[in-house]
Amino acid sequence: MAAIEFRDVSVKTAEGRVLLDRVSLSLEEGTTTAVLGRSGSGKTTLLRLVNRMLDPTSGTVFIRGKECEQHNVIALRRGIGYVIQETGLFPHFTVTRNVGLVPELSGKHLLKEKIHELLDQVGLDAEKFAQRYPHQLSGGQRQRVGLARALAAGPSILLMDEPFGALDPLTRAEMQDMLRDLLGRLKKTVLLVTHDLDEALYLASRIVLLEEGRVVTDVAAEDFLRSDIPAAKAYAEAFRRGQTDHDQEQGE
Amino acid sequence: MSGFLAQYHDEILTLTIEHLWLTGSAMLFAIAIGVPAGIWLTRYTQWAKPVLGFVNIVQTIPSLAMFGFLLPLPWLGESAARIAIVALTGYALLPIIRNTYAGIRGVDPTVTGVARALGMTGMQRLFKVELPLAAGVILAGLRTATVTCVGIATIAAAVGAGGLGEFIFRGVASVDNRLVLAGAIPAALLALGADALLGLVEHWLRVPGAAKL
Repeated sequence: MAAIEFRDVSVKTAEGRVLLDRVSLSLEEGTTTAVLGRSGSGKTTLLRLVNRMLDPTSGTVFIRGKECEQHNVIALRRGIGYVIQETGLFPHFTVTRNVGLVPELSGKHLLKEKIHELLDQVGLDAEKFAQRYPHQLSGGQRQRVGLARALAAGPSILLMDEPFGALDPLTRAEMQDMLRDLLGRLKKTVLLVTHDLDEALYLASRIVLLEEGRVVTDVAAEDFLRSDIPAAKAYAEAFRRGQTDHDQEQGE
Repeated sequence: MSGFLAQYHDEILTLTIEHLWLTGSAMLFAIAIGVPAGIWLTRYTQWAKPVLGFVNIVQTIPSLAMFGFLLPLPWLGESAARIAIVALTGYALLPIIRNTYAGIRGVDPTVTGVARALGMTGMQRLFKVELPLAAGVILAGLRTATVTCVGIATIAAAVGAGGLGEFIFRGVASVDNRLVLAGAIPAALLALGADALLGLVEHWLRVPGAAKL
């Protein structure tokens, strides 16, 4: 049974603009799928359907074989890890409270040892950071806390929306290493939205390319660069060119 | 001067307590109505303009006229204190509703979006995220409302509701500045004291680093 399945899913705005157009995808348990695409291609919309931040206009999303809309929305969200680019840490909570928040919502309070274990998992020194507030952390540290929070309730599904998009290249690479190692051990079903092809290739086993709300490529990560599909070739080429320009600028 | 103070000491104390009672009661009613109303408006934003417009109009009614309007009303008109408390509540509502509404609407939408996505119920979002993050703005509204109330409460003496306005009206009628000051100075001190106290609460509730994120 697929962990997440999108069956013929479309999303339209009230004004009639199509955000997703008859998308069908199936994400197997314990795999990482990267969704690539330019801004406005529908990547984030696709991700937000899983935790019902949005409902489809037509079609159905299934979570572990059960229609998304039949899940209790609050329980569904608490059971899905969620990481975004801006981290969305609560500025009035310490790192400890932020990390333990999702279990706290269900009336369970995580032990200090468990919080420290979660922080260790994401590479943060718990003794040093547990009592700090988000504004006392760097961007990378905040992302680590955001990831620890997403893992705190032990979700089997992890939604990540451009999680490292706002970080500098070095920190991003460190975070990618940490995440790859973590996902290798934890076996979560991950839906990773990114526009960074390297990140997708490094972290995901499968790559889905969206264009104007449609799936134009859906291949194993190792096949993406060899793909004959024009949209995939164009994306890879554009990404490489962007990287080369960037490298040249750095060199100057 | 010391003779004056000795003569009026007890009365100043009584009227100050009366003034505090009028203002405090009105503020309690205004908070009980204004904070939930402000929260409600953030959920039904289409009502924000008409509701805020209405309380804005209430605010523009001259206080003496307001007391006059309320005087002939049944039950209300039977007690000067009731009239004063209702009128003061009306004046305190605008800053409380407006700041509660603006404070909650001003919370970073990314943070409220994440609160939803993590599975917070509406109430959890309100009490764990929105109200704590909006507390500074809401308290600023309470400070404005309190200072306004303390000032306007002096007019309540015109309908016989008591308070420090008694001295002011008596002083004006008898052209005795000492009596005017006996009402005005404690009223000003009350306003400053309440403002400072709420300022401390505001400082205590301030979210660490909220503005920096």
